[in-house]
Amino acid sequence: MIEFKHVFKKYSNEVLAANDFSVKIRQGEFVYVIGPSGAGKSTFIKMMYREEHPTSGEIIVNDYELQKIKSSEIPFLRRELGIVFQDFKLLPKLTIFENIAYALQVIEKDPETIATRVNYVLDLVGLKDRVNAFPDELSGGEQQRISIARAIANKPEVVIADEPTGNLDPDTAAGIMEILERINGEGTTVVMATHNSQIVDQYKHRVLEIEDGKIVRDQTEGGFFQDED
Amino acid sequence: MKISTFKRHVIESLKSLKRNGWMSVAALSAVTVTLLLVGILFSILMNVNKVASDVENDVQVRVLINRGTTNKQEAKLKQDLVKLHSVSKIKFSSKEQELKNVIGSYGKEFKLFGGDDNPLNDVFVVSAKKPEQTVKIAKEAKKMKHVYDAKYGGASAKKLFNIVDNIQRWGIAISLLLLFVAVFLISNTIRITILSRKNEIAIMRLVGATNGFIRWPFILEGAWTGLFGAIIPILVVDFGYVWLYGIISNSLASTGYRLLTPSVFLFQIDTLLILIGIVIGAIGSGISMRRFLRI
Repeated sequence: MIEFKHVFKKYSNEVLAANDFSVKIRQGEFVYVIGPSGAGKSTFIKMMYREEHPTSGEIIVNDYELQKIKSSEIPFLRRELGIVFQDFKLLPKLTIFENIAYALQVIEKDPETIATRVNYVLDLVGLKDRVNAFPDELSGGEQQRISIARAIANKPEVVIADEPTGNLDPDTAAGIMEILERINGEGTTVVMATHNSQIVDQYKHRVLEIEDGKIVRDQTEGGFFQDED
Repeated sequence: MKISTFKRHVIESLKSLKRNGWMSVAALSAVTVTLLLVGILFSILMNVNKVASDVENDVQVRVLINRGTTNKQEAKLKQDLVKLHSVSKIKFSSKEQELKNVIGSYGKEFKLFGGDDNPLNDVFVVSAKKPEQTVKIAKEAKKMKHVYDAKYGGASAKKLFNIVDNIQRWGIAISLLLLFVAVFLISNTIRITILSRKNEIAIMRLVGATNGFIRWPFILEGAWTGLFGAIIPILVVDFGYVWLYGIISNSLASTGYRLLTPSVFLFQIDTLLILIGIVIGAIGSGISMRRFLRI
């Protein structure tokens, strides 16, 4: 579960990137975060994995109260999240296997479990045959699939994707969406920032629209989202 | 930390040395050059210290006994000298022995002064426990009965003590300075190699690696750099020292002074270079990456 309560974020250059964000995302939901460039989508996403710290307000992610956690607890928060970036952020000097294994090594899984899990997620994203390749030997779409494989390797409850299809052609983007849909189908919460309206139209889910640092629309498929609580 | 995790860190650190190619070579070269300087300077300093302390310990007070002093009086004088706290050893040298020494050093012409013509005195050769007590012993001995004079090389001994003091003081200062430069040089080179891996560290943090988990392979990599960087300096110092020891020992043979024996000394200096390399490499790495780990 992710919850923002009256969250404000003002950068040192006086830009107000979050102006009273209040929103709740339940376990198993798929939520798009849309809006023009510079609207505050990335700030919203980054605050979830504590890359950015709110100026005021409360953020709760999987029982972690982000405004209260210590620096030393941040790695443990991030282990419960799978994060996918527009620029993939793979370690260039490691093989595909090593890149995915890294996310499991940090939580001190034993080598056998790591090998099994890496093979499983590579199979899931359809790249089992590229296990020994290096990132720069793969296409953009393939790199993004590896990035997703790494994100889900330690079975996170939430996958946060910041423009995961941003650098990809429509067909490749559709392939990435299929994978995210499948992950969501298994009960994982997916929060995805995008400005690809085609995808939002094609794969219908809840939409949060941000403009000038404000959430201007919170809409489930077919109508505005109504909070049950 | 699990054993498998530590094993992973060790393997990862070695792989990383290889992956980072030229950067590793740059860091290794910095270590090599610095340790080479440290090794050579230490070898010189330790040997200067050794020879200096040999010379220092060689300084003795010669207490000249009045002519005509009886054996009994001489024994009493010896007792008085023994009572001085700073005296470690007293050796008696008769005037005949003294003359022999003079003849040995200056030539047969001095044989003329044999028998009753011997103008020399019987002598107590007094060694001090600590070289700097020599002057004090001489002064006190001079005041004693039946003592004609007490000589300790006077000004020249003082001068020698000053020189030895200076060599030791400057030697320590230069060594400390060099070690400081070494830490600075090595940590800076490692910092450059780490700077080029800033993104790598950022990604590690994003996937949930703790600072400790990120830091360990880097620290081990620094330690490897230090260890491997010590190889060339060790070889140069070892072979160079053995070669120079052969040459210098020959010319020092007549003086009775000796350089430090290679077998013992080289073991010490090699261990020292390896330890300095590993510790400085690891510390350099640790310091350099601190700022990348601040959240």
